[in-house]
Amino acid sequence: MSMAQLVETEAAPRRAKRWSGRLLPYLLSLPALLVCIAILVPFVTAAVYSLQRYRLNLPYLRGFIGVDNYIDFLSDPAFWNTLRISLVYTAVTVIAELLLGLGIALLLRRPTRFHNAVSIMLLLPLMTAPAIAALMWKLMTNPSFGILSYLVGLLGAPDFKWASDPSTALFTVVLVDVWVYTPFIMILLLAGLRSLPRQPFEAAALDGVPASFVFFRITLPMLAPYIITASLFRLLDSIQQFDIVYAMTQGGPGDRLMVFQVQAYLEFFQYTNVGRSAALLMILWLITNILSNIFIKNWLRLRERAHGHA
Amino acid sequence: MDHSSPAGRIFRGIALALVLVFFMFPIVWILLMSFQTNEQILRIPPRILFEPTLANYEALISGQLKTAAGNLQISFMRNLMNSFLLSSASVILALLLGVPAAYAFARFKFRLGETIAFTLLSFRFAPPLLVLLPLSLYYQQLGLNDTYFGIVWVYQLIALPLILWIVRGYFEDISPDIEHAYRLAGHSWREAFTRIAVPLAGPGIAAAGLLSFIFCWNNFVFALILASADKQPVTVGALAFVTASGIQYGQIAAAIVLSVTPTLLLALYAQRYLVEGLSLGAVKG
Repeated sequence: MSMAQLVETEAAPRRAKRWSGRLLPYLLSLPALLVCIAILVPFVTAAVYSLQRYRLNLPYLRGFIGVDNYIDFLSDPAFWNTLRISLVYTAVTVIAELLLGLGIALLLRRPTRFHNAVSIMLLLPLMTAPAIAALMWKLMTNPSFGILSYLVGLLGAPDFKWASDPSTALFTVVLVDVWVYTPFIMILLLAGLRSLPRQPFEAAALDGVPASFVFFRITLPMLAPYIITASLFRLLDSIQQFDIVYAMTQGGPGDRLMVFQVQAYLEFFQYTNVGRSAALLMILWLITNILSNIFIKNWLRLRERAHGHA
Repeated sequence: MDHSSPAGRIFRGIALALVLVFFMFPIVWILLMSFQTNEQILRIPPRILFEPTLANYEALISGQLKTAAGNLQISFMRNLMNSFLLSSASVILALLLGVPAAYAFARFKFRLGETIAFTLLSFRFAPPLLVLLPLSLYYQQLGLNDTYFGIVWVYQLIALPLILWIVRGYFEDISPDIEHAYRLAGHSWREAFTRIAVPLAGPGIAAAGLLSFIFCWNNFVFALILASADKQPVTVGALAFVTASGIQYGQIAAAIVLSVTPTLLLALYAQRYLVEGLSLGAVKG
């Protein structure tokens, strides 16, 4: 065997190895790329649909109409109702869950065995499917035998109709949302609280600083990144709430709880108006996209920091 | 540093008790309801003490519901099977596809990897219907509508991003030096991956897998749109069951209990992993 041959037989696999080595990351991420495409293709399709007159029951009318679907919304009270109720729902749930979640996290702050047991129990509502949680609360608020209907009756409100009364429907659905998702905020904030450095608190205790001052000037500012991450997380989920509202009232009574995704769902399946449904969802996407960009930036910063500490 | 005055302690005790009642009562109450007959449920005032019956569960498991109007067929056990099948298949597929990709994202810094990671992350927050509604029209053309494969594929939209982001964080925390040393000893990257990286990232992989199983199980809207009755998981099935059975409240409660038991048991079993995974690695430390 000549020298040249020997060099070649050694070099060939090495070259092949280097080549496959460079290709390797792409090969490995191929499935993820496929999922990306599987998301992006329908997304682009939805964007195109939103610019079309497209009704499943009237296929021959289908055609490009520019931004007419969007312009129609401007003069459509149903759209403004959807926008308003989605924003109200989001604001109320996020504020309630944040205050409650922060309160519970502060209660459970010391890592005693009992506190840890409570925080584990609070995982259960969060791990319940939201649609099933809605059914649970439906059973409890049933007018003829629901335990909650019975209890408010004892408290002097026998005609409290929960989700079937337009004036209390929002309250009832928010209650279910709070039941399911408050533990999420609690868990994030509890992890945040327990990871805070101890020195500032010890110093404050030595100096006899009042508790309220410690809370507002030390705890809250140091917890702020966690609070922002948790609330943005909930904000993004809440403005898209579908499961609880749909399982509980299907957007009713009337159009009282017609949040974005429920309205878009009905627009698609009940009125078979694909164009309008897509336009609604694009508007919702625009709102969530702005929020999620803020969120992702904030979250990545927090993630970097957590990695830095580790 | 904590409020240790007696008044403060009493206040905290009461507050904690209220928290526990609010969050645990619905679960306990529905569990109690599932062991009651309809007559017991409709009694006013409601009673905590009652003679428990297993009739609701028997009816669900046998699929035969005896009502005053006659026998009613219920396919709730089928929904339960579907949930197990769809969630497990989705998580297994997502782990097979996602763990190597997460490894690639963590070890090789490349443009496409970053782009994919961010696309998946930003669509984690996009309205699911925006993707689902056009997808359902595509599915009809492709014949994937109402197939297990089609649903499992869509569930990847839930499971894969979760696995990618959590597992990637764990891989990033492992020093690449160990793998380099192992590679220098003459092992291939595949061996380094399966013998070193994957075992070290084990807890992260477990957390991501469990969490995505629970999220797949709890998902409602995907199957609502893409699955017909015989392929529906419990979330959609329970709602249909409520509509169909009307006033069989005991059975509805039992169906709810059966639907949530698997995820709640998993959550209790794996709570340490869950808390870590839930924040998607945000507050890991």
